[in-house]
Amino acid sequence: MMKTTRSLGIPALLIIILGILPLIVPPYYTGLLTLMFIYALFAMSLDILQGYTGLASLGHAAFFGTAAYVAGILNVKVFHGPHLGTELVSGVVAAALTAAILGLIVLRSTGVYLLMILMASSMMLWGIAFKWRSLAGGDDGLPGILRPDLVFMHVDLKQTTDFYYFIFFFFVVGTALMYLVVRSSFGHTLLGIRESESRMKALGYNTWLQKYIAFIVSAAFAGLAGVLLAYYNGFVSPAELHLVNSAEVLIMVILGGVGTLFGPAIGAGIIILIKNIVSGYTEHWMIILGAVYMATVVAAPRGVYRLIESLVKGKSQEEEKSNQ
Amino acid sequence: MPALVVENLSKEFGGIHAVSGVTFSVEPGERLAIIGPNGAGKTTLFQLLSGMITPTAGRITAFGKDITKLPAHQRAALGLGRTFQITNLFVNLTVLENTLLALEASGMTRYNLIRPMSSYRQLIGKAEEVLNEWGLWKRRDTAVRNLSYGEQRQLEIVLTLSQKRPLLLLDEPTCGLSPEEAQSFVSMIRGFSRDYTVLLIDHDMDVIFDIAEKVMVLHYGELLVFGTPDEVRQNAQVQEIYMGTDE
Amino acid sequence: MDFAITQTINGVVFGMLLFLLAAGLTIILGTMKIVNLAHGSYYLLGGYIGYTVAQRTHSFILACLAGATMGILGMIAYKTVLSKKFARDELAQVLLTFGMLMIISDVCRWVWGGSPLAIPKPDLLAGTIYLGAIVFPLYRLAVIIIGLLILAFVWWFQEKTKYGAIVRAGVDDEEMSQGVGINISLVKTLIFSMGALLAGFAGVIGGPFVGLSTGLDMDILLLAIIVVIIGGMGSLKGALVGALLIGLIDSFGKSLLPELSIFTLFFAMVIVLAIKPGGLFGAK
Repeated sequence: MMKTTRSLGIPALLIIILGILPLIVPPYYTGLLTLMFIYALFAMSLDILQGYTGLASLGHAAFFGTAAYVAGILNVKVFHGPHLGTELVSGVVAAALTAAILGLIVLRSTGVYLLMILMASSMMLWGIAFKWRSLAGGDDGLPGILRPDLVFMHVDLKQTTDFYYFIFFFFVVGTALMYLVVRSSFGHTLLGIRESESRMKALGYNTWLQKYIAFIVSAAFAGLAGVLLAYYNGFVSPAELHLVNSAEVLIMVILGGVGTLFGPAIGAGIIILIKNIVSGYTEHWMIILGAVYMATVVAAPRGVYRLIESLVKGKSQEEEKSNQ
Repeated sequence: MPALVVENLSKEFGGIHAVSGVTFSVEPGERLAIIGPNGAGKTTLFQLLSGMITPTAGRITAFGKDITKLPAHQRAALGLGRTFQITNLFVNLTVLENTLLALEASGMTRYNLIRPMSSYRQLIGKAEEVLNEWGLWKRRDTAVRNLSYGEQRQLEIVLTLSQKRPLLLLDEPTCGLSPEEAQSFVSMIRGFSRDYTVLLIDHDMDVIFDIAEKVMVLHYGELLVFGTPDEVRQNAQVQEIYMGTDE
Repeated sequence: MDFAITQTINGVVFGMLLFLLAAGLTIILGTMKIVNLAHGSYYLLGGYIGYTVAQRTHSFILACLAGATMGILGMIAYKTVLSKKFARDELAQVLLTFGMLMIISDVCRWVWGGSPLAIPKPDLLAGTIYLGAIVFPLYRLAVIIIGLLILAFVWWFQEKTKYGAIVRAGVDDEEMSQGVGINISLVKTLIFSMGALLAGFAGVIGGPFVGLSTGLDMDILLLAIIVVIIGGMGSLKGALVGALLIGLIDSFGKSLLPELSIFTLFFAMVIVLAIKPGGLFGAK
């Protein structure tokens, strides 16, 4: 009984808190939180692949960036203005399609190999975006992306707060959907693959197909994040496809806690926060961030989420003991 | 129609002949025991039969179908079930989660991306039934890595048997079980209907002679003897190999 | 025809450079099973240090030795971080070595700035040589020769010494190696340091024609990884063949299809993997 109220209570509480925040904090932080939501979606999408299926990837930016570019190109070159529905769907579909094609080639590999191949794939796309001036703007990127026009909702997305709630909506929906997927029977089979692919095969599972589906689903959610980033920044650059982006989101997942789904969201928040705040004080934020990454491995090897979990569990065990 | 026909099956690993020209067949409902010293190729044979590794030569036919080129999961779907000598479980998942994976394997639930696993009352009910037979239901929320070795070996068997596949490859199933548990396992196999064909690898001779109708002896990857338990027991070569070993 | 010869030699030169990186990386990645994303950082930092030494002493040889000091940094990185228990997991290694990459990258930009630098060629090798009707920089040919010498050394180490035997056996079997009387952790440290040393050394000898600039650490890491994947992790033969292949593709690709140069590299990788999922000389 207690458990159900508690498990529903925390997410509801969080939604309320996050909903109120823009009314309390300065606009700079509202903007930062917005970025955190976008990267949280990105990181959680990778966790489906990494934490639940057990496929490590240094190339997840491929899907994020592809979706951002597709949405951006439609926005700037085709529609000459925002078309939320089409841009969103096209971006997500583009990301999923990229995964569908890539998956056919790379999913026969495993382990470190897969990690590297996915990295190379993402960099290949980066190379294309970097050179393709006419369509994608080359290394200058593609500016001039306009945020959707939601006048009929009496909402002006050019305003920081209104945009915050727009992104927040997608964050909640995206998170809820990903939560459904990992808790579903399909998600359950992914855990099996992570734990022992050979056993799954012996039990009769077409593990390649399960991995393929997970790959595409994970890419689709990364694509969602990518489209939202395009709106956030107002432009897309090849950096969205670069190894650095893939590495950062992977680190968000590891920092937050692989296989916890919500951990990576926290990891995304931490890293975005540190990056932005520290870079305000020194231009050598990379040294600090690098040191933080290394320290995390020692201090919270299983991720921040599990650390919090064990602290909370430890506390409630103590409470139980003292209540007896 | 035999349940299993193996013709001239061979597997070579860079010069080492793990399995060499093995030929035999198993009738439906038969209980065949496979014995031999360590390294004789018994587990490799199972790896070949279940599709985990590909043969260098030879052919495997199950229920009349040539399965030599089929991937492991398709052989399982055809009716082949297997336990592993080295416990191969989903170590960080709970006993219940492990069992559900075994039960979920047929049917389309495994592709359902939306419906939560916890809502499949029927599957969970089946899992309860299966686990209760082994007294493991009370351990259902324990992670496998926290189980005793014996309990893990039990779960290893449970996962395979719960799928009710007609051709069973059991690799040292009694290893790690207490004498009582081993005995109840033997009774269970003896109680199996003739719908099940059983191939059993074991070192425990009591178990072998309790269950087996036919015994196959492997030595250095080659099939040495194939016959009834008595024939094998009286075979001079077999006696030579086993002289000095316990049981 | 001249074009083909020039591009071929350029490709081989660059390939030799990549071999120096890939040789270390393939053993570290394939045999020691350590994901070292900072491998390219040793190249860049070694190159920069060599640059400064060259500026101060006008001695290319001292610069090379300076670059080779990356071996010491590698040793420190291995002993203090990468050999510890917390670094067992490959994801932990990603986090740790990426952290190192970021720190070294920032330090390099801090000290040497973001603009590209080049190490001047040694006077002895500053000239050109005639190969038939083609004029070719002497320095680049020297790089090929150095590369071959190092290849010979590494081959000798791998095939003829007992340390190499351990590497070939897979470095992991502690009991066996202890039985033969070898300190396995010493061997691992040695190998990792050598990888870093070669990378730093490569940074210096690549200095005159590849140059040194921000972001090169990642670019060269990526190329080295592609080489290792194509060649097969853990295989020195693969590292050589892969490096030459990538060097040639890069050279011809840049001049024939400059828009698609990175695409052609990736394409080559995909084709190799489609035929041999473990790489040309890898296991599988």
